[in-house]
Amino acid sequence: MTENDWVCRPCGLEKLPEPQGGPAIRLVDLVKALDGKKVLDGIDLDIPRQRITAVIGLSGAGKSVMLKHMIGLERPDAGRVLVDGVDLTRLSRPELYRIRRRFGMLFQGGALFDSLDVFENVAFPLREKTALGEAEIRERVHMRLAQVGLEGAGEKFPDELSGGMVRRAALARAMVMDPEILLLDEPTTGLDPIIRNSILSLICHMYHQHCFTMVMISHDIPDIFCWSHHVVVLHDGKVVLSAPAEEVFRSSDPFVRQLIHGDIAGPVHLM
Amino acid sequence: MLALAEAIGTRVLRKIRAMGGMTIFLWASLSSAVAPPVPLRHVVKQVHFIGVKSLFVIVLTASFTGMVLGLQGYYTLRKFAAEGLLGSAVALSLIRELGPVLSALMVTGRAGSALTAEIGIMRIGEQIDALETMGIDPIRHLVSPRMLGALVSVPLLASIFDVIGILGGYLVGVKLLGLNQGVYFGQMEASVMLKDVSDGLLKSIAFGLIISWVCTFKGYHTARGAEGVSQSTTSAVVLSSVLVLIGDYLLTSVLL
Amino acid sequence: MKRLNVETAVGLFVIAGILCLAWLSVKLGKLEFLESDTVPVIAEFSSVSGLKEGAAVEIAGVEVGKVVSIAEKDYKARVTMKLRSGIPLQEDAIASIRTRGLIGDRYVSLTPGASDRRIPPGGRIRETESAVDLEGILGQFIHGSAK
Repeated sequence: MTENDWVCRPCGLEKLPEPQGGPAIRLVDLVKALDGKKVLDGIDLDIPRQRITAVIGLSGAGKSVMLKHMIGLERPDAGRVLVDGVDLTRLSRPELYRIRRRFGMLFQGGALFDSLDVFENVAFPLREKTALGEAEIRERVHMRLAQVGLEGAGEKFPDELSGGMVRRAALARAMVMDPEILLLDEPTTGLDPIIRNSILSLICHMYHQHCFTMVMISHDIPDIFCWSHHVVVLHDGKVVLSAPAEEVFRSSDPFVRQLIHGDIAGPVHLM
Repeated sequence: MLALAEAIGTRVLRKIRAMGGMTIFLWASLSSAVAPPVPLRHVVKQVHFIGVKSLFVIVLTASFTGMVLGLQGYYTLRKFAAEGLLGSAVALSLIRELGPVLSALMVTGRAGSALTAEIGIMRIGEQIDALETMGIDPIRHLVSPRMLGALVSVPLLASIFDVIGILGGYLVGVKLLGLNQGVYFGQMEASVMLKDVSDGLLKSIAFGLIISWVCTFKGYHTARGAEGVSQSTTSAVVLSSVLVLIGDYLLTSVLL
Repeated sequence: MKRLNVETAVGLFVIAGILCLAWLSVKLGKLEFLESDTVPVIAEFSSVSGLKEGAAVEIAGVEVGKVVSIAEKDYKARVTMKLRSGIPLQEDAIASIRTRGLIGDRYVSLTPGASDRRIPPGGRIRETESAVDLEGILGQFIHGSAK
């Protein structure tokens, strides 16, 4: 472990707590084919506990599919997904639903329920999965909405929100059950730079408050290196590199270099 | 030759797999529909959507169906000097056949397509995945209430269709063509048996099941963006209409 | 006008639907909830051709009951009817099968007798008139006139 693991890179200030136990999520030799095409081709990966892990790679590299495996939304053709040593692929549905209470997930488009307003969207998991009273639910939802800066928008419906507000509302919903592990699928894609940075700093702020284990898919290269501790590079369903952010940034691997710099010339030719 | 056989085999296997998938889906949604606690609030919402909001179109089609039955029936029966049987002709064809079938087709067009589109949009917007990640069974949460709603709404709509249609026939036969009112209803009461009514009811329950099953299944298994939603909506409407008509024939031949 | 809320609308819809269903099954389908106020009575006919279960039983043209079941027994047709209670049937009452109109329904007509003795519930009407065999009559008529 280097000194970097002890200091929060995004803010560079606060000391991080030392993680208890080994990796939060382990993917072991994961294989998945969709429509006859191998999307994941033998993924072996450890997600460090209580750190922000960024997953980068070209579009179609299998990032989203891998993230969905981590929460059991997809079942692999082969391999195992271990969350604290429990193999998700062997769980029955009720067991899977129970273990998912430890997860929060933010989807690419936010995936807010169109028929519910923002407040009800955030309150939804509480209403469905807990026996909390109305007052308690209101208090928790208002707290989460305040954290993401949406105090006054509770009455609005998803189609009345801007892209940034949708992501923030979805983030509030993902966190409302106090998860240990937060999975974020492209939280910033399609947003303008100012809103993008405000979302990223919000995520970082949340991280400091709750010390989640975070896995974040992102295309914000090279910015993402400043907002994460650990970076995973994925290409063609394989892990190219999984290392602390600094190390990945300084990597001499030609594909990683091309990805970071966005070069047209390099090991990958698209045209 | 072998290639042809293989092509046929692939298609057959795919169809069988799809049918198996549909059956498992039906089983999952029905079993979670009856597992307590029954999500009554959601079911009420679906009865409102499938039933109450279809009422207008049902009343409209029912009254015109009844009126045209009155007109056609009168014209045909007069050839045999049996206009007195108009009441029975209108009531029997409505209760046994047209009420359940036409109301099912109307519900398919108005509510079934919307069910598919709604669930399909939730699928492509990853809202169904979001439910899953929250540990909520999307079939129990989305599909079962819609199925129960259709099972309640469609038979009631068919009954309303029957009554409105009989009144439509009354309007034409008695008020317009001058048939005796007592003859119209008297013949009707004499010829309609309880079995006719219960057969019609059974049919419309079966149709409610078919519609909600096909439409939610197609929505639930939507893929590939907005185009996928339009595709699954179209195929849901076509498939459930066809299945309603096929089911109608099969049920009629079994029940008669 | 204030819009109905969802629950009220659904409630009204369900009530309307059930009323329609009730009208269809009680008024047209003649569904009976109370079976107790009827009295069974049996009659045997040599032919009931055309009579169906559920057909009307009339006295002087007024419906007083209906046919519950038709079965074959000793080459005769045994018809079980249910009559409204409170209608005394004399022992020598006659049950006859009649036709309404030329192609209309068959029904059972009861003609009261003069005896002092009543038929008990579940008892048998001895005097019966079978269905008129229209083809037979026509045949007789044609053959008769041809001879």
